[in-house]
Amino acid sequence: MLRSGRNLQVLSKNVVRENLRLLSSTPQPSPKDGTKKVATGRTLDKKPVKSSSFVMNLFIGSSNTAQVFPFPDGLNTEQKETLGVLVDPVQKFFEEVNDAAINDSQSAVPEATIQGLRELGAFGLQAPVEYNGVGLNNTQYARLVETVGGFDLGVGIFLGAHQSIGFKGITLFGTEEQKKKYLPKVATGEQFAAFCLTEPSSGSDANSIRTRAVLSPDGKHFILNGSKIWISNGGFAEVMTVFAQTPITDPSTGETKDKVTAFIVERKFGGVTSGPPEKKMGIKCSNTAEVYYDNVPVPIENVLGGVGQGFKVAMNILNNGRFGMAAALSGTMKASTKAAIQHATARVQFGRRIDSYGAIQEKLARMAMLHYVTESMAYMISSNMDKGSTDFQLEAAISKVFASEAAWNVTDEAIQILGGNGFMSANGLEKVLRDLRIFRIFEGTNDILRLFVALTGLQFAGGHLKQLQKAVKSGNVGVILGEAAKRAKRTVGLRQSNSLSEVHPKLALQAQLTSKAVEGFGITVESLLIKHGKNILDEQFLLNRVAAAAIDIYANVVVLSRATRALNMNISSANHEEMLARVWCNEALDRIQLNLTAVKSQSQLSNFSTMSQIAKEMCEHGGLIQQNPLGI
Amino acid sequence: MSLRILVGCKRVIDYAVKIRVKPDKSGVITEGVKHSMNPFDEIAIEEAVRMKEKKIAKEIVAFSCGPTQCQETLRTALAMGADRGIHVEVSGPEYETLQPLHISKMLAKLAKDEQIDLIIVGKQAIDDDCNQTAQMTAALLDWPQATSASKIEAKDGSLQVVREIDGGLETIKVKLPSVVSADLRLNEPRYATLPNIMKAKKKPIKKLAPKDLGVDVSPRIQVVTVEEPPVRQAGAKVENVDAVVEKLKALGHA
Repeated sequence: MLRSGRNLQVLSKNVVRENLRLLSSTPQPSPKDGTKKVATGRTLDKKPVKSSSFVMNLFIGSSNTAQVFPFPDGLNTEQKETLGVLVDPVQKFFEEVNDAAINDSQSAVPEATIQGLRELGAFGLQAPVEYNGVGLNNTQYARLVETVGGFDLGVGIFLGAHQSIGFKGITLFGTEEQKKKYLPKVATGEQFAAFCLTEPSSGSDANSIRTRAVLSPDGKHFILNGSKIWISNGGFAEVMTVFAQTPITDPSTGETKDKVTAFIVERKFGGVTSGPPEKKMGIKCSNTAEVYYDNVPVPIENVLGGVGQGFKVAMNILNNGRFGMAAALSGTMKASTKAAIQHATARVQFGRRIDSYGAIQEKLARMAMLHYVTESMAYMISSNMDKGSTDFQLEAAISKVFASEAAWNVTDEAIQILGGNGFMSANGLEKVLRDLRIFRIFEGTNDILRLFVALTGLQFAGGHLKQLQKAVKSGNVGVILGEAAKRAKRTVGLRQSNSLSEVHPKLALQAQLTSKAVEGFGITVESLLIKHGKNILDEQFLLNRVAAAAIDIYANVVVLSRATRALNMNISSANHEEMLARVWCNEALDRIQLNLTAVKSQSQLSNFSTMSQIAKEMCEHGGLIQQNPLGI
Repeated sequence: MSLRILVGCKRVIDYAVKIRVKPDKSGVITEGVKHSMNPFDEIAIEEAVRMKEKKIAKEIVAFSCGPTQCQETLRTALAMGADRGIHVEVSGPEYETLQPLHISKMLAKLAKDEQIDLIIVGKQAIDDDCNQTAQMTAALLDWPQATSASKIEAKDGSLQVVREIDGGLETIKVKLPSVVSADLRLNEPRYATLPNIMKAKKKPIKKLAPKDLGVDVSPRIQVVTVEEPPVRQAGAKVENVDAVVEKLKALGHA
């Protein structure tokens, strides 16, 4: 390997020089359409850090498989045994006590069911045992949440808004006093919690919230004023994690700026009121309400995570709970798919059982693959978190995007397979579809999360590129030769050795091609950075394609890892899993190719700018521009 | 009264599972199949826990005989309120041919060793439907028995038990110590809650071998073949009683 590398260096000095020229540190010409330079706080100058995240390293064309191979096991024997005993009572409760249809039609969870959930211990699954919780780790929590997701997403959100985000901040950032004071009552469901961030003018743009908290003259309280909308459990939560702007004075410059701070606010502090429950498309039994804060006195001891650290607190809470969504939605997909199969194997039309028709077979196969990817992502991420990884934000974001869209597609297709029956309320699938719609919107819209994945990865790659440019400028020979060799190999068409060599031989081809895709991705990212520089931040058409390719590559690697494990352990589903992984990867590789060439293709780029123009004209017009062809 | 109660909990294939016979007809497929506590034994545990809550009982010992996974069954019993568990480990071919007589001998020995005042078991297991263990155990101990109980009341040193029998309901009085077997309508078992399951992890489970109780579990029977019941044939409709008699004669039944 080294020998050939050196030969290349000797033989293709020209190639090397050509590639180095592309890395010149002179500024690139500004984009042709003359868009303004982006003026956000983000820079691409971040100092390169090492990351163990697969997706992060993907952006520099490198396969870091530390968190992907082998498929991680988040539970030891004892934890697995415990989990085995826990699943049954939860399943029984949702089969026999909870009634999802009634919850939906009444837009409320009956008090008897809530009491049953309390007794079950469902309100404090991850809270520490010493604070009345069940003390589960992430993987155990994921498995239980998977069961809930298969029965009632409305109740799932009631539980999730309470513990996954409502009081999670106290578990993650609370002081010992705060934990002792608040966790015992919320863990038992005696009091309910809520996560209060969104406002009428601040959804995705969390930093722009207007609720303010100002220190009282005696310095003992923050006085909180503002209003929040669409708060789950907002109508009755006693304990709320509220985010507000606080004026912070920089001691060195004397300048005062607003920064977001997180507070633990109790309804009983006074001045807290909430509006009526919102009428919604789905998750109807989950309470969603506006919450108003009118000169609420919040003791300074209730600052959560430090003054001015609110944005970080919010992002960490959301990041920490995201794997739960993928787990819950894989449970939902399992149930929808089962309903589809039950119908497809019973229904006869044109003299044949409809599952013998190719059209139905394709639907069922795609449902199985989408479930397989989602389930694999959920447990890979939860297991990595349980093993102590702190570098999983991109994977978690991807899993949320993937799971929410997969679940929608699977349930939609299940309804299609059921035909007219699927549309009828009695069947239950239409309720599930209505419940699912919000999952692409809340907890970080899929649109924002895609951009987040792309931009965070680009930032990482940009940092490395900057380092490289510095090396070129300073004449750091070692770095230059290393990079030159890498690029020369690429240009000459020699692949780096298969970086996914741990994959089972049956899936070797898919592994090799995915490995190649990783490199291609890195090259594309680099060329985008070189071409656009900082302005790439504004090129959302391109960023979306980058994100789509990243998601597909991660999905490939996840299923290759899971199928490898199944084959190596020779479990009964191994052959079936191999088929799922194979077809998924084959199709994903085509999509990745499409997306990576799209960002460089002249015709595609021209389409993008035309679409921008189309949107501009529509917005100026206030509606569709084309009139009825009749002209009337 | 402060009784020490011994409850038998059998690990069986879950009632909701579709049973499939092994291709070699040697038995039923159990590998990878969902198992749970025999529903009648859940009722037995529930009754014992209720007696403890009414302060009639002071300690509940849960017992299970079988492979390592029986520990999960015992953990469920502990989560429902039993105080400690006893697991007699038997696995492999010996487990396949285990009979109610073996279990009865174990229960009888444990009753003496642990100074048990009352043994409650489910009236039958849903896998073999034997309905023998309670009766045999009582005979071995020479204790009175009250089987198919649908109501139990404790009254000064004895139990008043309502039994479900073919003719209706029979109420009998049995002196303690005695053996009772639980029927369906005795009670509705509680759900094990997650916090109780976690607390149950700290409760002790004693592991024993059959020989520790002086019981020989070598097989006395040999399973020749296990087959699925024959597929149900289609019926035939007839117009009147004469036609029924004709049909029966033709089929050789009359």
